[in-house]
Amino acid sequence: MSILVVAEHDNSHLKAATLNTVTAAIAIDSEITLLVAGSNCSAVATEAAGVKGVDKVLLADNPAYGDRLAENLAPLVAEIASGYSHVLAPATTTGKNILPRAAALLDVQPISDIVSVEGADTFKRPIYAGNVIATVKSTDPIKVLTVRTTAFDATPAEGGSAGVEPLDITHNAGNSAFVGEELAVSERPELTSANVVISGGRGLASSENFQMLEKLADKLGGAIGASRAAVDAGFVPNDMQVGQTGKIVAPDLYIAVAISGAIQHLAGMKDSKVIVAINKDEEAPIFQVADYGLVADLFDVIPELEKKL
Amino acid sequence: MKVLVAVKRVVDYNVKVRPKADGSGVELNNLKMSINPFCEIAVEEAVRLKEDGAATEIVAVSIGPQQAQEQIRTSLALGADRGVLIKTDQDLEPLAVAKCLKAICDQESPDIILMGKQSIDGDNNQTGQMLGALTGYPQGTFASELKVDGDTVDGGKATVTREIDGGLQTVSLDLPAIVTTDLRLNEPRYASLPNIMKAKKKPMDETTPEDLGVDVSPRVELLGVELPAERSAGIKVANVDELLDKLKNEAKVI
Ligand SMILES: Cc1cc2nc3c(=O)[nH]c(=O)nc-3n(C[C@H](O)[C@H](O)[C@H](O)COP(=O)(O)OP(=O)(O)OC[C@H]3O[C@@H](n4cnc5c(N)ncnc54)[C@H](O)[C@@H]3O)c2cc1C
Ligand SMILES: Nc1ncnc2c1ncn2[C@@H]1O[C@H](COP(=O)(O)O)[C@@H](O)[C@H]1O
Repeated sequence: MSILVVAEHDNSHLKAATLNTVTAAIAIDSEITLLVAGSNCSAVATEAAGVKGVDKVLLADNPAYGDRLAENLAPLVAEIASGYSHVLAPATTTGKNILPRAAALLDVQPISDIVSVEGADTFKRPIYAGNVIATVKSTDPIKVLTVRTTAFDATPAEGGSAGVEPLDITHNAGNSAFVGEELAVSERPELTSANVVISGGRGLASSENFQMLEKLADKLGGAIGASRAAVDAGFVPNDMQVGQTGKIVAPDLYIAVAISGAIQHLAGMKDSKVIVAINKDEEAPIFQVADYGLVADLFDVIPELEKKL
Repeated sequence: MKVLVAVKRVVDYNVKVRPKADGSGVELNNLKMSINPFCEIAVEEAVRLKEDGAATEIVAVSIGPQQAQEQIRTSLALGADRGVLIKTDQDLEPLAVAKCLKAICDQESPDIILMGKQSIDGDNNQTGQMLGALTGYPQGTFASELKVDGDTVDGGKATVTREIDGGLQTVSLDLPAIVTTDLRLNEPRYASLPNIMKAKKKPMDETTPEDLGVDVSPRVELLGVELPAERSAGIKVANVDELLDKLKNEAKVI
């Protein structure tokens, strides 16, 4: 068996999510190929070649792949996939956008968001907002999987010495175009891989108040997250939403501030190692999953916490 | 311009499901069923396109048991013009659903297909992308904003702002195109009583996957379901000092 992992990158750097995906791939079988598809992305291929456990890097460097449009990348992945038993990508917005489209081209039913590998064709994945875990077995000739990155440790980024093989395959559907991007710039660690995450909910009441959490995050070297209610209210941008339909996080320490603990929110954070909840309502469901609960008004305790750290 | 909206019947988002006693699947008896929230957002967006004069007709499609008519009726009450039920008692996988929708696209030739980004039961996040592959249409997934200019015949385009991990991305898609909705695209309206009454008279066709010539044999076997590792509730701390002490000396995370 040999396994194709679609690397996630921004044309200059390999994204950490790729390393967790390689770990999932290695749990299936040891022969791993990384596909780096992008534009002017040879630096990424060099990085990819150094990832421990990777045997081969395929480099598809072509302007058509620069913006990672699914219309162009899915046929590329589908064309290469025929030589592999498994195709994996991280369950990021990029992976989720491309992989199902590639799977349909292969007439394969993909499996999203796997959290464990039980065998070469059998995987576990959460369904119903993580209320139940399903064990599923694929009967398709090629298994197409997206990987929940928080469920797998990162493979070391160094220690490998794979060869890089350039590919000369162009797929340019010509029916979609990249217009622009507004990317959040932050000095803080990435939400999905941070060791500490501090999330705010509706009770924060304004975007100004989120600055209190930022000060705390600065002291703890953490990232900031939010509930859907806080995002919908416009306090913070969408890329900060944690939950069933937002980002999945599993840091060493998760601090939920003024978040009630709806199942859709818990789906995104309940695998965190230590959970702290700060909420003025002692009945809030978040306390049922919190290791340490503090029933208090956030406006009293967050400044105090920040000062005492 | 014609809009096709795919709506799925799912367990209501407020219900906490449990595995059946024998672990063979999820206990679904007597649970409250609703339209998938993301599909409701798709219907709302279609209705807004019609109110803006961009769309002329909205067709709501659902694939499911006879009772999925209820979710089509809900869509009709929100403003869709007619419905199509693709009736099956089998729980179809996204690939099979996409094949059914492809067959409907061949019949209806919509200019835009609006779908949810994810069904909240299976949490697949696949069907729109797969329909894109089968039709060859471009896809704008996880949309938080949609603008449509023109229609398929006059070379029209959809401009879609997408919620991606790093922020927002905007793409331009040739029509016909597939758009899957994210939570911020709009806030769905409530159906008014008169509109619920009117919806009862709107046309609803019925067909089956077999009639559409779609092979729906499953590719993935469900071996079983289980509860996730439960977290036990911890302790309440009295104040900030106690919290810091616990985090430092007990949990050792700071
Ligand atoms: C299809 C769908 C998908 C969804 N996806 C997600 C998702 O991915 N992520 C997500 O988070 N939600 C999601 N939701 C929404 C979810 O159901 C809840 O509505 C949401 O999580 C509530 O956010 P909240 O806890 O901030 O707000 P609320 O439930 O309103 O809770 C606010 C809390 O703040 C506390 N509070 C208020 N003021 C203070 C104060 N001064 N000090 C201390 N505590 C205070 C209150 O006691 C309360 O517990 C989804 C919903 C649907 C239908
Ligand atoms: N049985 C179905 N009937 C109608 N639409 C569906 C069905 N299954 C999936 N869809 C559409 O596909 C979207 C994504 O579903 P999924 O890929 O299952 O997460 C849903 O929000 C619907 O718009």
